Amino acid sequence: MADLVIPITVFVLAAYVGFEVITKVPPQLHTPLMSGSNAISGVTIIGALVVAGRGDSTVAAVLGFLAVTFATINVVGGFLVTDRMLQMFHHKKDKP
Amino acid sequence: MNATLAAFLYLIAAVAFIVGLKRLQSPVTAQRGNQLAALGMLIAIVVTLLVTEILSPWVVIAGLVVGAAVGGFLARTVEMTAMPQLVAAFNGFGGGASALVAAAEFLKSDALPLRTDITIVLSTVIGAVTFSGSFVAFGKLQGLVSGQPVGYPGQRFGDPLLAAIIVGLSVWVVTGGSPLVFWLLVLAALILGVVRVLPIGGADMPVVISFLNAFSGMAASMAGFVIDSNALIISGALVGASGLILTNIMVKAMNRSLTNVLFGAFGAAAMEGGPGAIGDKPVRSATADDVAVTLAYAGSVIVVPGYGLAVAQAQHNLKELANLLEERGVDVRYAIHPVAGRMPGHMNVLLAEADVEYDKLYDLDQIQNDFPRTDVALVVGANDVVNPAARDDETSPIYGMPILDVDKTTTCVVIKRSLSPGFAGIDNPLFYLDNTLMFFADAKRAMSDLVAAVKEA
Repeated sequence: MADLVIPITVFVLAAYVGFEVITKVPPQLHTPLMSGSNAISGVTIIGALVVAGRGDSTVAAVLGFLAVTFATINVVGGFLVTDRMLQMFHHKKDKP
Repeated sequence: MNATLAAFLYLIAAVAFIVGLKRLQSPVTAQRGNQLAALGMLIAIVVTLLVTEILSPWVVIAGLVVGAAVGGFLARTVEMTAMPQLVAAFNGFGGGASALVAAAEFLKSDALPLRTDITIVLSTVIGAVTFSGSFVAFGKLQGLVSGQPVGYPGQRFGDPLLAAIIVGLSVWVVTGGSPLVFWLLVLAALILGVVRVLPIGGADMPVVISFLNAFSGMAASMAGFVIDSNALIISGALVGASGLILTNIMVKAMNRSLTNVLFGAFGAAAMEGGPGAIGDKPVRSATADDVAVTLAYAGSVIVVPGYGLAVAQAQHNLKELANLLEERGVDVRYAIHPVAGRMPGHMNVLLAEADVEYDKLYDLDQIQNDFPRTDVALVVGANDVVNPAARDDETSPIYGMPILDVDKTTTCVVIKRSLSPGFAGIDNPLFYLDNTLMFFADAKRAMSDLVAAVKEA
């Protein structure tokens, strides 16, 4: 179990950074925050690519294909839709 | 590419995610922030493809192509009103992907170290619950599943039993269970997601979506433990933190606890409280012309939008009305309650779509004190978030929930289809106040009638 120490350290520190950064996001951007962070959670795609590329059995190939597909929907859809939303906020005239 | 270089590039990707999220702190930098995070993701994907020995390239390519096509199509075509269900679906896909990665790792070999087994089980269970729960939430928001709470007989005992079964199967898998046991565990987790989200009502969806968002992050983080990837652990933790913060904000805005929403006694309490004598009390019903005159000759108006605005897709008509009023010199602002709509920030996105400048959108805290100095509050499709009972009536099931004090304006105009109580099933004393004008109409119809009437006024 000792080899869990470093990943757990990374996890705790990242969670702390997340709390610090995200607490300051204003309520008006909460929907894009959610869809954007959601796209980031699609980073599980890197696991999916490894699994799908291994090609060891039919079952593994099916699981790998589904994993890559799901994760890609999450990543591509999430970033694009967030961009579309922020575009609408973006071209407003700013406070004088 | 060697492993050390790859590790550094993954670190760069993780930093891009953090800086990207940080830029979401202002609408001015937000779009660039999101693009930076997307760039980070691209780096992570390319590095993975370069360092991994790909033995079955067609599986990978097919997954990427299908996923990009589906995701791109959904992102481009979705209506802003349907954003909550889209985010729910994306949450589900993310959770599902994490569970699948863990499952594939489990099936790869039967002699895994204990720590890998533990993280595989965690990733699978959290991912599977996120997957099924998110798609039930999607169904509710899309209207495919009843928005009302749906339970099954004996749920109070059934759910803990199911949870116990999941714990039992998890231990069995970790201590050397067969693939069959593993699949039973997946099945049990999927069922748990369904039966836990079904009993949650439509009005509580902002909490559920935020919570599932946190879960999808946790699932990704656990998958990171499984495949020993810091990039995954960091990103998952960021998303988990984001989801938890939003969950907390939503829960506070309803003056409830997370346990109360998830294991809800709310529906039952509302029934007991009883809607009372709806329709017996006199209301002041107004025509479009009455309301138009009230608005056109006001000095200041605060618009309070709610889910009804989204359902009727009336945001553009509302903006047209606001433009007319502003041309006449009326000061128009918007008050956004944290739980207005079906997800955090939902109303802001709708109004941004209709070209409302974001500096006219105010949070509850920012605008609350301005209501007594305002001539007209225009409530469009909102109900529980403006219910004075939450402030004044200790016996009300929603007592203590922060509300927008629209009743303190000189005149409060409520646009609503009927006197029926909102999702929570609670009568709203606001409708019967002397300074409240009720305008009974669908939000879109009401807005276009008002536009015509204000032009005449």
